Formats: sequence, C-alpha cells, structure tokens
Amino acid sequence: MAVSAIFGARVKRREDPRMITGQGRYTDDIKLSGMVYAMFLRSPYAHAKIVSINVEKARKVPGVIAVYTGKDLENKLGPVPCAWAIPNADLKVPKYMPLAVDRVRYVGDPVAVVVAESPYVARDALEQIEVEYERLPAVVNQEEAVKPEAPQLYDDVPNNIAFHWSISGGDVEKAFAEAEVVIKQRIINNRLQPTAIETRGAVAQYNQATGELTVWMTSQNPHIHRLLLAGIVGVPEHKLRVVAPDVGGGFGSKIHCYGGEAVVAFLAKELGRPVKWMEDRRENYLATIHGRDHIQYVELAAKRDGTILGLRVKAYANLGAYLSTASPGIPTILLGTMLSGCYKIPAISCEVYGVLTNTAPVDAYRGAGRPEASFIVERMVDILAHELGMDPAEVRRKNFIPPDAFPYTVATGLQYDSGNYEAALNKALELVGYQQLREEQKRLREQGRLIGIGISSYVEICGLGPSRVVRATGFGLGLWESAVVRVHPTGKVTVYTGGHPHGQGEETTFAQIVAEELGVPFEDVEVVHGDTAMIPFGTGTYGSRTTPVAGGAIAIACRRIKEKAKKIAAYLLEASEEDIEFERGKFYVKDAPERAKTIAEIALSSYLAGEGELPAGMEPGLESTAFYDPENFTFPFGTHVCVVEVDPETGEVHVKRYVAVDDCGRQINPMIVEGQVQGGVVQGMAQALWEEAVYDKDGNLLTATLSDYAVPTSADVPRIETSSTETPSPHNPLGVKGVGETGTIAATQAVVNAVVDALAHLGVRHIDPPLKAETVWRILKEKGIAK
Amino acid sequence: MPRKKRVDRRKPRAKAAPPTAQLAKINVKVNGVQYSAEVEPRMLLVHFIRDVLGLTGTHVGCDTGNCGACTVIMDGKSVKSCNIFAVQADGAEILTVEGLARDGELHPVQQAFWEHHGLQCGFCTPGMLMQAYWLLTQNPSPTEEDVRRGLSGNLCRCTGYQKIVEAVLAAAEQMRGQQQEVR
Ligand code: FES
Ligand code: FES
Repeated sequence: MAVSAIFGARVKRREDPRMITGQGRYTDDIKLSGMVYAMFLRSPYAHAKIVSINVEKARKVPGVIAVYTGKDLENKLGPVPCAWAIPNADLKVPKYMPLAVDRVRYVGDPVAVVVAESPYVARDALEQIEVEYERLPAVVNQEEAVKPEAPQLYDDVPNNIAFHWSISGGDVEKAFAEAEVVIKQRIINNRLQPTAIETRGAVAQYNQATGELTVWMTSQNPHIHRLLLAGIVGVPEHKLRVVAPDVGGGFGSKIHCYGGEAVVAFLAKELGRPVKWMEDRRENYLATIHGRDHIQYVELAAKRDGTILGLRVKAYANLGAYLSTASPGIPTILLGTMLSGCYKIPAISCEVYGVLTNTAPVDAYRGAGRPEASFIVERMVDILAHELGMDPAEVRRKNFIPPDAFPYTVATGLQYDSGNYEAALNKALELVGYQQLREEQKRLREQGRLIGIGISSYVEICGLGPSRVVRATGFGLGLWESAVVRVHPTGKVTVYTGGHPHGQGEETTFAQIVAEELGVPFEDVEVVHGDTAMIPFGTGTYGSRTTPVAGGAIAIACRRIKEKAKKIAAYLLEASEEDIEFERGKFYVKDAPERAKTIAEIALSSYLAGEGELPAGMEPGLESTAFYDPENFTFPFGTHVCVVEVDPETGEVHVKRYVAVDDCGRQINPMIVEGQVQGGVVQGMAQALWEEAVYDKDGNLLTATLSDYAVPTSADVPRIETSSTETPSPHNPLGVKGVGETGTIAATQAVVNAVVDALAHLGVRHIDPPLKAETVWRILKEKGIAK
Repeated sequence: MPRKKRVDRRKPRAKAAPPTAQLAKINVKVNGVQYSAEVEPRMLLVHFIRDVLGLTGTHVGCDTGNCGACTVIMDGKSVKSCNIFAVQADGAEILTVEGLARDGELHPVQQAFWEHHGLQCGFCTPGMLMQAYWLLTQNPSPTEEDVRRGLSGNLCRCTGYQKIVEAVLAAAEQMRGQQQEVR
C-alpha cells in the first residue's frame, strides 16, 4: 500500500465548520410549514393496570389537534420488534406496543399522545388527561425478580425470565478440580443512563399524493430504522424515507427501535400534517434505554504461580420491562464470548439469566456487553494477584496470549485476529513510571496516604461483523456495510456510505481513505450518509464498526474503480495493462512515466465514452458499489493505567494520572483516535466513580434529571495521557480495527482496580462501582481509618 | 400475599392557558439585529431564539439548567437561555453562536475548537463556545484549572473535555497575541 501524507494525518475535521458556526442541522432544528407537535403522557407508576383513560378535556384545549390512547392505536400500529433472537436460550419476547394498552410496566411507559399547534399547548393538554390506574406491586432488581414470590410482569414469562443463555469451552470442571487457588467474587456492573446531550426525537411528513412518508430522526442506523418502522407503521419500505441528520451523540441509545418514532410517523400520515416530537431530558432518562445492570457471580481457577486455568460466570442481566431491539444479545453474546480477555484461559463457562423488571428497557450502551466482560476479567486478575501476593502486571504477563500465537482461538470460540498485548502493557507501564510509582505508593502509605495504581489490559471485539457468524447468533441482519464511490466527470468524488457517523468524524476519515486510495485531493471528496433515499442500504454506526467495515467497503469500491481506470488508462495510452502503474492519482506507462493519465482525465473519458475515449464494450462511467462483509471481527486491545489517591477522611477519589495505550491497528487520523479514546475513558471513569441509574423499590427513577444523574464536568476529570501501538488487522482491507468503544471497555476497571489497590493493605478486595465518596468513606470508617 | 388495590386517578393540575392569552411585546437585539415580537409570557428565551428567530445554533439538552447547551451571552453575561423567559430579555442585547464569526472570519475560539478537535457530535459545541468566549472576556490568561472550572456548567458527553480545554487555552493565547498586535 502506498504511503501517503493523507492517510494517518491529523487532518482537521470537515464536520466542524458547520457545527462551530451554529449551522449544524439536528432533528430539532427541522421546521416544516404546518408542523404540529406531539407529546407523550407517561405512566407515573412502575406497574399498574390501566382501568380507564379520559381524554375529553384534553381534546377541548384550544390548539389541540388530536389525542390518542394505547387502545386507539392498538390496531393501527404493530408491536416494536426485538431483533436479536439469541438461539438455544428459550427466549421469550413479550408484546411491546408503541403505546401501552392495558398495563404499564415501568415509570415512563407511554399511555397516550397529544398533538397540538405548539409544544406548550401539547404540554397543557397532557395535564388534562385523566388516567385511572390500578397499581400492581413492582420489582426493579433482577435477583428479586426471579424469586418465586416476585410480581410477574407477563403471564407468559414465568419468573420474569426472558431467557437463559449459556456458553462454554474447555473442561471447566477439570480446571476447578486442578486449581490451587479458587477465587469467588460477586460483581455488580452498575446501571447507566447513556445521556447523549441531544435527546431522542423525530419529525415526520407524509405526502398523500405520492404515499411517501419521510421521517427525520435521531438515528445511528437509518436503514435499520426504516426496515423496522415500515413494519410497525405499515408503510411499504420503498415509500418510507428515513433521514438521520446531524445527530448529537448516541452511545448506543439511538440504535434501537422505539415506539415514539413510530407513533410520530403514524401521526403525520393520519393527520396529514408534519409532526415533531423531541424528548425532554426527563423523558429521555425515563424512556430511552439504559445500559449495563448486570449482577455476576464469578469464579476463577488458577495455579499458585499465577497461571489461570478456568473462569466460570453466572449472571443476571436486568433487561427492563420490554425486550429492546438488541437487548438479548448484549449481556450474552457480546459478554460471554469475550471472557478470555487478553489471556490464554483454557476453560470458560458462562450462563446468563435475562430478567424482566419494572424499569426502562436496557440495551446497548457504548461498549455493550464488552465492558461488563472486561470488568470481570480484569477485576479477577487483580484479585488473583492480590491473593497470591504477586504484582498485577506480572500475573497479566504470565497469562497473555503471546504475539506469535495469532490468529488465536479462545475457549469461547472467537478467533482473535492479531495482538501484541505485552508491548502495550510495557509501554503503558513505562509511560506511567510504574516501578517508581510502586515505591512511592509504599513510602506514602507509611505516612497514611492512600495511593493506588490500577491496570487494565483489555481486548475488544469490534468491526461487527461477519454476517454468517452474526446471523448464527440470532442477530436480525447481516452486519456487512455498503459503499458507493462515484468519480464525477471532473474527477471530484462523492462517497455514499451506509455508516452514519454522529461525532466519530468519518466525514473526514472516509475522505482520507478515498484520497489515499484514488490519489485525489482530500478536498475533492464528499462523504454522504444518513439518508435512505441516497444510500443503497446501510447497517449503521455502532459497535466500533464504521471505520473497519464501512471504511473497508469504501476501500474495496475504490480498488474496483482503480481496476477499471487502469483498463481505460491502458487503452488511452495505447499500452498493455500489465505495463500500467499507479501512483498518487496517476496511471503511467512503466518505462515511460511521462505518458500518464490522471484519475480526472480517465473519469472524463469514461463519461464521454466515444471512440478513442473508452474501450469498446466497456460500460461508461466511473463508479463502484461495494458491499463488504468482513471475514472476521477485529480485536483492538491495549493497556490503561490509572493512579488515584483516596482521601482517608472523606473517601473521595482523586484521579492523579491516567495513561491509555491503545492499539486500534492502523490509524487514519490520530487526532480523531485520541478524541475517541479520551471521551470514552471519561465515560468509563464516570461509571467507576459517579454514574448510576437508581430506582427506588417502587420503581421510581431517582436519577431522572441531570441534577441527579452524575455526568462528569470538565472540573471533575483529569487529563488523559494517550499513546498507542500499531498492530494492523491482517484481514481488514485497511488494517484498521475500530476505536469508538475502547475507552468504556478499558477504563472502568482501571479506575476501580486503582481504588481497590489503594485500600488493599486494609484488606479490601473488591468494591462495586460507582465508588462514590460515601461508599469509600463507609469502608474507611469500617476499617477504622476515617472518623 | 394479597395486596390492597391501589386505585389512582390523575387529577388535572392546572387549567390550561389558551395559547393566545396575553401576548407580551418584547424588543431584543440578537447578533446586532433588532427584533420585536409578541410572545407568550411563559415562552423560554431559548425557544424564542430557536423557534421565533430561527437561530437553531443554540441547543436544548436538559430541563434543569445543567447542560449548558443553551448558553448565550446576554448583556455581556453568559446565561443559560432555558432558564430565562423571553420577556425577561426585553431590551437586552444577545449574542448567540451565529454571531461569533465576523465578516466571514471565525472567532479565535471557533478556530481553536476546529484546530484542536474540540468537538465530536457538535451538540454541546455552541454552548461551549459561548461559555469559552465569555470566560476569555473575564480572564484573558486562564490556567488549565481556570478553564476546567469556567466550563464546568457545560456538559459534553463526547470529548472527555480534554481537547475543549486545549482549544480554549490555545484561543486565549491567540487572542492575547492579537491584542498585542493592536497595541
Ligand atoms: S438546556 Fe440544559 S442548561 Fe439550558
Ligand atoms: S461534542 Fe458531543 S456533546 Fe460535546
């Protein structure tokens, strides 16, 4: 591959000029003439029967256009589908209607919708709706929900268990029988609220004459939303256009299919007027998916020298009140298969109960299953080191899959593509000054200061993914990606990608790919995404897949264009094809480089298509469509090290240093890579220290505003020191692996390990996140340190 | 265990105000342009800016004054425009993100955000820019700590703040340089 200045360069983002001048166009910025506003009435109870709903007063509010209840829509809209039917798990998918019909199952479950001339009037009207509820006992915790006496959410889901999934590889019984040390730990992976700063919403418009329905929505994957909405709303797919304009962050929460957007689409069709709905923040917290919420019972078998022999996990995943789009696959497939971490663990077994509770649906949040897996592995390795009195870095080194063992098949069946785990660990330890820190820790400990160093060596599964594998896990669609690369007659290029970046910067990095592949100026490449009317099909942006898979598709399309261009060049230069070379946008004759044609000249020729311009019989035009289905996943990895000091009086945790060494294969734009890592690390750190979605026992969400849910501010977080190693993916067309979720997959346990390390000499072995000052203070008090 | 049936009826809380009730006339200068409009007294300033004036660069990210996406400069002070009624802005002068660039020249704060990758999804960005702009009018030579504190009323979920902080420090330096040139 030609080394060029553009691939790998810190190019400024081309998304930015519109966004820094206020010209970004987000869903809420769309205003259509005659537009009216929808607002949902949501259940104040976690579990109740709807006895009656009286909307008469609401209808009479001046400016109100329509009011619908769940019963009104019951036969007009289909159910919200679940799209990940994990196999062999006795999966039960309860009916999930866009508006609840006769029973509500979580606080925030929508029961009615109002449409009015202004959002203010819509809100007035909501207050005029009378709903009579008969309250039912609620259950919010998954371990409570599986008890026989627990309230039942559905008649046809006994014990609230939606599935029981398991995976195993190697002889786990033998591993534990032969173990010299067995460590058992219960771990809670805390429930989180994704908190994209832009909430969810949609604008829909229907053209009665053509039957075309257009929905602008906050989507990470417009084509998937089109497919699913077509089913719910009953509009043929080719008459439905979904546009995802600029999207203000997603972190997984805008992948899923929700009832709200379907109702808005229906209303536009039914009322013949454009309809807008935007969640307010409280609504976002109540009704947009939450993440994580996993309770795990973990056992690790090892030898006294630190060699890990086996890992056994039994877990309870809280799924919330309904099965959201991908929710069955997150705490199972994406967790269970990744339990080997960076290590040679010969035997692994994992079983997961998916449990329905009276809480908001739980689904993919940045990392999605993989953070829960890496937290288990890296916490257990640390506990093992502590137990054996070994340095945690040594235990990792001892068990790492060595660099010459790749491709390496782990006990859970995945084949890791490439890796050099020790190199990343060494680099991180060197950057942080590990040995020195350990000595300082010892010295300061004698003065009563509590310093902790936490290591997290992680590997993640990205570039989702090979369709055959993905389909075998029950995922509702293949996870290939499409690209159309069109060279215009002037040599300018437009790329139509099926990915839908919403902050990750691929409008820039994809132009870099094309500039490198075709040798055209970066400025001459335009990247189009997010509109089902313009892009053949796309599976969207999530799972750190856009750069490896959508980027891979673009590279393949470019290479096909080059093949055709080469033929045309040979024809134009009257040379044989074998004698044509390509470099930096030019095709030339091997022994006579002055005889050359640029891509632009060839493009023009291909469109003119006359005698002497295009070989006879060749199709005119210069463009290519590629559907790239990767042959394997990609496996980025790295080591993060966190240094903390714990205040012995207050329990407050101060992060002193944070070093991240990540290997995402080749980097297209290191500036963007750093941004992805830093943002992700702060989210992961937030899970470790502050963030937690809290329900009271009646199912009220106590963290339903940004005053209560502790998203960190600039004053709360430290600088993140980033560095990298580079181990290209051997099977990806660009050697790239993906980096969007690295931070959340690596950081949480780096921070928790550091805090536990700070308290290890007091006999502390594990603390469940978030490690709020109060939590740590209670431990310090119990240990006689804090007053 | 038999439980008592709990029946509940949601009582309407307030009588709805008709949408056209008692419009108030306001005069506001936004980005140098004088506007006058009749608004409902309960209309929030952010909605006035976005929906009445059509300046959609100012965003809404919460309902509790926490996120700062709606930050604008009103009479020289940084304010969260979701926490102010439009009628309270009567007679005021307001600067929004659309007014930051002059004559097609980006403001140094905008330029620095671009150069230092101070944004990802861009949703917090207008508010962040306005807050950074205001911060630098108050303190032209901030330390990293000052910037981190000064921006702590504005949430960003994407960047982890680091490149935002770097951008603001770079903008400060740039602006100090420009001032010296003028002198
Ligand atoms: S919209 Fe969040 S502070 Fe104004
Ligand atoms: S850039 Fe997305 S919230 Fe700040």
